[in-house]
Amino acid sequence: MTETLIQGLLLGGLYCLFSLGLSLMFGVMRLTNIAQGDFIVAGGFAAICIAPLVGGSPLLAGLVLLPLAFGAGYLLQRGLLNRTLGKDPLPSLVVTFGLSIVIQNLLLEVFSASPRSLESGELSTGSLSLGGDIVVGTLPLLIFVAALAATVGLQLLFARTPLGRAFRAVSDDREVAELMGVRSAHVYALATALATVLIALAGLFQGLRTTVSPADGPLLLLFAFESVIIGGMGSFWGTFVGAMVLGVSQQVGFGFDPGWGVWFGHLVFLAVLVVRPNGLFPKTKG
Amino acid sequence: MSAHFLQTRGLKAHYGDAQALFGIDFEVGEGETIAVIGANGAGKSTFMKSLTGLVKVAPDSVLIEGRPVGGSRPGDIVRQGVALVPEGRRLFPSLSVEENLRMGAYAERSGPWSLERLYGLFPILKEKRKVPGTSLSGGQQQMVAIGRALMSNPRLLLCDEISLGLAPIVIKEIYDALPAIAAEGMGIVVVEQDVMVAQRVSQRLYCFQEGRVSLEGASEGFTREQISQAYFGI
Amino acid sequence: MGATVIRSTRGSKAVLAGAVVAVVVAASLPLWGESSWMREFVEISCYLIFAMMWNLLAGYGGMVSVGQQAFFGLGGYVMLALGNLYGVNPFLAIPIAAAVAALASLPVSKLAFRLQGGYFSIGTWVIAEVFRLSIANVSAVGGGSGTSLTALRGISRSVRESTTYWVALACVVASVALVYVFLRSKEGLALQAIRDSEVAAESQGIGVERMKLAVYVVAAFGCGMAGALYFVSNLRISPDAAFGVDWTAFAIFIVMIGGIGRIEGPVIGAIVFWALNKFCSDYGTWYQLGLGLLAIVMTLFFREGLGGFLNRRLGFDMLPTRRILKLGAEPVALKSQPVVEARV
Repeated sequence: MTETLIQGLLLGGLYCLFSLGLSLMFGVMRLTNIAQGDFIVAGGFAAICIAPLVGGSPLLAGLVLLPLAFGAGYLLQRGLLNRTLGKDPLPSLVVTFGLSIVIQNLLLEVFSASPRSLESGELSTGSLSLGGDIVVGTLPLLIFVAALAATVGLQLLFARTPLGRAFRAVSDDREVAELMGVRSAHVYALATALATVLIALAGLFQGLRTTVSPADGPLLLLFAFESVIIGGMGSFWGTFVGAMVLGVSQQVGFGFDPGWGVWFGHLVFLAVLVVRPNGLFPKTKG
Repeated sequence: MSAHFLQTRGLKAHYGDAQALFGIDFEVGEGETIAVIGANGAGKSTFMKSLTGLVKVAPDSVLIEGRPVGGSRPGDIVRQGVALVPEGRRLFPSLSVEENLRMGAYAERSGPWSLERLYGLFPILKEKRKVPGTSLSGGQQQMVAIGRALMSNPRLLLCDEISLGLAPIVIKEIYDALPAIAAEGMGIVVVEQDVMVAQRVSQRLYCFQEGRVSLEGASEGFTREQISQAYFGI
Repeated sequence: MGATVIRSTRGSKAVLAGAVVAVVVAASLPLWGESSWMREFVEISCYLIFAMMWNLLAGYGGMVSVGQQAFFGLGGYVMLALGNLYGVNPFLAIPIAAAVAALASLPVSKLAFRLQGGYFSIGTWVIAEVFRLSIANVSAVGGGSGTSLTALRGISRSVRESTTYWVALACVVASVALVYVFLRSKEGLALQAIRDSEVAAESQGIGVERMKLAVYVVAAFGCGMAGALYFVSNLRISPDAAFGVDWTAFAIFIVMIGGIGRIEGPVIGAIVFWALNKFCSDYGTWYQLGLGLLAIVMTLFFREGLGGFLNRRLGFDMLPTRRILKLGAEPVALKSQPVVEARV
């Protein structure tokens, strides 16, 4: 039981990293990125490509990857996604859905359909004892800590910094924010750049922890989405908790039958939708 | 070069598919308080939006110190010293009072206005600085909206229907703050439904009717008949 | 001055007459055509019906669903279960399967409608996945690896193929008629009015919710019908094939090419899609990638699609769902907005 709980929470750490970017982009500009999962997979493949160039170290690969992701995200928003924003959600949905198809097929063409993983050396074999007979892997623990740090970081950024204030202001009322001198096109691009950094980090960890293959994206998107909705849109902590709930649910499902984990996660998501449609931590109306 | 800080010359503007302004000539100088009156749909709000870049207009139809700025981005206009208190206040609901005020300083224009000075003008805002802006009373929200515009240290403050929905005593309180603001040479334009209030607070007034200026001159000089003629066109 | 409301134009009457002739000619195809043509027609019919339903949802109802494959797959499985397990003629099972899908959409809507905008889209996708994973656990219909439709085994191949073809033709005609009649009904006109008018869209009331539900149920019916038809023709079903998101991907492509929010859009898009499929599908991943790119480009730069382009070039609506007010010599397209203004 404790074992299932701990494994579930560690899995939730990964899902948290999957979902923060989605939560961020939706929160700032009401943009639902259907290609979120494919971005994660692309991040994983990018890390796999970069690692041999920097001597195989996943850490160094991350140091190279994350700034690249920031730039890519910024350009994507400025060049493409900003054109899709507006009252009608259709253009952004169709465009990100189209992106999802483009990325999947591009990865399939370049890397073939077989799953790949990132060589991690000692990281994936190491483990820590948490007292008693509970042992956790170093890598899942590292992922969990990274998720926690990312959540705290985003929360602080939004609550305490001028950029976070601008994020919330353009989200509330873009026109008035522009009256104050906020350039929303730039602010949106910064939000996507930041989201893309988190996405790339998630992809790196996914590649380290299991494998990535070109067709994985949609499922990862669903996990990210379920985390966000379960948590509610009140804060990044909601997303964090939502991811934990999803991770534990799936782990419990796996316990019954290896084929039931994902299904059980979906059912818990639907149950939350019925019982608490605004999630566990809803946005308070100002 | 004109001595006026902001001028419009034959300003035409569209709102949606319909033309809303048909050649407005308007000017406001430093330290001057101007009132714009007119019936609903006369084009007052479109006029405010044209001055601040929210509605696109021809470049040379709006001049700041003689420079054409029509159609510039709102951010560029606020950097040149024109700030708008939008109709309906439009505070940022997820920001606290103080955060709303800080957003006003986003363009980082230097000048006399700071948080401390603003709290001196509206002490109640200091007390409530941590709570969400939209949880305040209507009058207090209007103070935040005005304060937010002042934080950009404008040389011209545009106020769009700041008395709308407020109790008379609150309206008086807010308008009583304007002379102190104007004393340092800041120009003020108030769009006002209440003609009495408009005449009282301004030196000059413009009356709009169906997108055109129907009356213009010193506020005190007009009779009630002149104004209602210009207001309703009857 | 006298004013008359016109609900059709000379051009649209010509299109209608042409369509009638085309259907009559198409109906005789089994007498003179090759059986591969019939199979191709049945397949593209399924895409077309599915795309029409997606167009109804996204283009008229403002619901960008990515999960209509839930009803497509459900239709297929209900038809299969009725045929294989209960001995119902699979052709007769098609309308029953469609009705079951429509019925299932009522409780599903209770879940999906709790989410808005983009989150509605992904929510519907999750629901489709739940359908897929749940069916994969039902061994009576073959579990995860699927099963074959055995109920048609006694019938000769040529009879089966021509019957399937005629049923498909009937389904297409019925779907076009269903969508057309729905859009010209009072509810349909109000729906378009809501879509075209921001004021009405912002004052969303109970009426709007009910109309959205009506659209959702109609779309589920159509998708269920398409799914049942597809697997009658295909004879083999599996959860992955029945509930795959590819169905939605192709529907989006078809609708964006043909023109979203126009009744003729999916028809034009389906023809283009059929042609592309025939000549380019050998390119595999590059072909799919191209479809994705084309959908993006159409969305950003040609929102009216080929349908809108043709309408402009021809100067008339091929299948007008709007009423046109004729004042003297000058016809004025109302875009049905006055309907709203009268209601608000």
